[in-house]
Amino acid sequence: MTTIHDLPKEDLFTSGHTACPGCGAAILARNMMKVLGKNTVIYNPACCLLVFGGTYPHLSWKVPYHHVAFENTAVCAAGIKRGLKSIGKGDALVVGMAGDGGTADIGMQALSGAAERNEDILYIMYDNEAYMNTGIQRSGSTPYGAWTTTTPAGKVIKGKELFKKDMPQIMMAHGVPYVATASIAYPNDLLTKLEKAKKIRGFRYLQIYATCPTGWRAAPEKTVEIAKKAVETGMWTIYEYENGKMKINIKPKLDENKNLSVPIKEYLMMQGRFRHITDEQISLLQNWVNEKWKRDLAIEKALQ
Amino acid sequence: MGDKRLVSGNYAAAFGSLRARVQFVAAYPITPQTFIVEHISEFVNNGEMDAEFMRVESEHSAMSACVSAEAAGARSFTATASQGLALMHEILAIPAPMRLPIVMPVVNRTVAAPIGIWAEYNDVMPQRDLGWIMMFVEENQEVFDMIIQGYKIAEDKRVLLPFMPNLDAFILSHTYEPVDFLTQEEVDSFLPPYKAEHAHLWPDDPMAVGVFTPPEYIQEYRYQTEQAMQAAKKVIKEVNDEFARRFGRDYHGLTEEFMTDDAEAILITLGTVTSTARKVVMDMRKEGKKVGLVKLRFLRPFPKDELRKIAEKVDAIGVYDKSVSFSAGGPAFVEVRNVLYGMDKPVIGYLAGLGGRDVMYSDIKLMFERTLEAAKTGKAEKEIVWIGTRGVQP
Repeated sequence: MTTIHDLPKEDLFTSGHTACPGCGAAILARNMMKVLGKNTVIYNPACCLLVFGGTYPHLSWKVPYHHVAFENTAVCAAGIKRGLKSIGKGDALVVGMAGDGGTADIGMQALSGAAERNEDILYIMYDNEAYMNTGIQRSGSTPYGAWTTTTPAGKVIKGKELFKKDMPQIMMAHGVPYVATASIAYPNDLLTKLEKAKKIRGFRYLQIYATCPTGWRAAPEKTVEIAKKAVETGMWTIYEYENGKMKINIKPKLDENKNLSVPIKEYLMMQGRFRHITDEQISLLQNWVNEKWKRDLAIEKALQ
Repeated sequence: MGDKRLVSGNYAAAFGSLRARVQFVAAYPITPQTFIVEHISEFVNNGEMDAEFMRVESEHSAMSACVSAEAAGARSFTATASQGLALMHEILAIPAPMRLPIVMPVVNRTVAAPIGIWAEYNDVMPQRDLGWIMMFVEENQEVFDMIIQGYKIAEDKRVLLPFMPNLDAFILSHTYEPVDFLTQEEVDSFLPPYKAEHAHLWPDDPMAVGVFTPPEYIQEYRYQTEQAMQAAKKVIKEVNDEFARRFGRDYHGLTEEFMTDDAEAILITLGTVTSTARKVVMDMRKEGKKVGLVKLRFLRPFPKDELRKIAEKVDAIGVYDKSVSFSAGGPAFVEVRNVLYGMDKPVIGYLAGLGGRDVMYSDIKLMFERTLEAAKTGKAEKEIVWIGTRGVQP
């Protein structure tokens, strides 16, 4: 297991970047690079990280860095890897790091193609549950009921009417060597998974819960607290899928019947994006979360 | 010369990538380009071609992968046509400012609607402003030669721009002609390996290729791309001349002239129509008609000086186009007339063969006759002439 005490002092994603206070993606980028090390190439699509990670002539990345467009993170990362391989530099780790919109929506085709081909890359989705860079528009990864600028809390319709797309399960269905979910609130689990993913060959997919205080209308100092509550309530399940087996790594608090015991309302009330939410909507979302938890447990059991 | 075979235009393109020792290929099949992907698959699976070959899920991904592999320092290749080129459009804008010398043959095919698979230039013309060197070939030998020359031109330190040879759907892609492939030693002695000194993604020499950039810097990117495109004119001629000296095939650079010296009227053509037009010129010359032909090989960089010099010799100029810029005329016509501004010579645009309709000997003869009339009267009766259109008088 890798813990935060094992990390080197040197930053390969340095300070001086322009992320918002409390940005989950920035916490992830900094600590991730301490695990991945210098023999790494980073690809970013258009996303928050592209913009706050550096505006020419400044750049926080101390490793080779590449951007082409929005919807092609997986194939560009694969192109780098195979290009390097063809000139005898194939030992470098190539990472495609994209947000949820760039992954679950517009990036889905290239991602699925790269997974099917089992390209030797590490794909990291930092999940802040909306298009934050363009100003908080809904994505396929935005949870039910959430306010965004394209799912406003109107007089008739209040927030997003659809539920969050289950990307890790879609990636598991591709039969790739490694799929894992993690959270910035559980660094030892996250760093251990990064360490493991760094060494595995073939296509690896990590989806990491990354709080966005700006887009979620939450207090910046609550970033980690919110992320913890997401796991405790079952809004976010932390697990890994490796060699065809699935394991839930961090279990939420359960009652004697193995059902979730912390109501999601505790999580929702920490964030302004759910301020408008009705009791009826909460109950609908609670049911969805309960069902998802049961499904995750059932899949874990089936893939032991 | 060592290796002469009867092959299709698609085979000539695929074998060009083998002879050029391409290191990375990403491609997606589309009619009429499919044989290029199939032949490369055979070369790779038979161990004849030592390249990373990514069978991607779309043309958008094909171009994306080529950009990133080229940025990683690998000589990269893909090929497409029509809808595939249109799907790539977003990513076609990337390699020129990044100075990535990718080579991509395009098998020109009509873009829907209506859907069709035959030759038209409405796939390639909308891509003119993205910084690619764009040229049009006339025969299968030229397809092969321009893949080899293409890398040499594109990778020249004075240029470093992506390179796109265009070949007509079916007329070249599926037609068999004898092609001299040169030996591997001959090509190796002409085309050195690619060294990505200016842009690469190597952990032992970290560099950013593609950073969020404010207006304070972007305009200089545009100016430098323009300078590179201007510099390409000289490099294209140098590479042509070296190739001609070494292997005996001279394409004359940006344009090729045929019987223009004493011509009263000339026709400017792109692609395979040139061959028919050459025959028309020879026959009309026998009748004592002073006509000549200019094969416009390169559309980017656009040969302004060459065309003005040619125009000085003649009285009227006709331009053939295989696509329309609606309400403006054919794209080649618009661009030729633009560079001839102020010369006070009639310029006529001819539209024919759209959607792959055959351009007949008689169609081309009509173009020459109309241009000759304008040469005599000093003015064009009709500026844009649609030829062979149902219900329309040319």
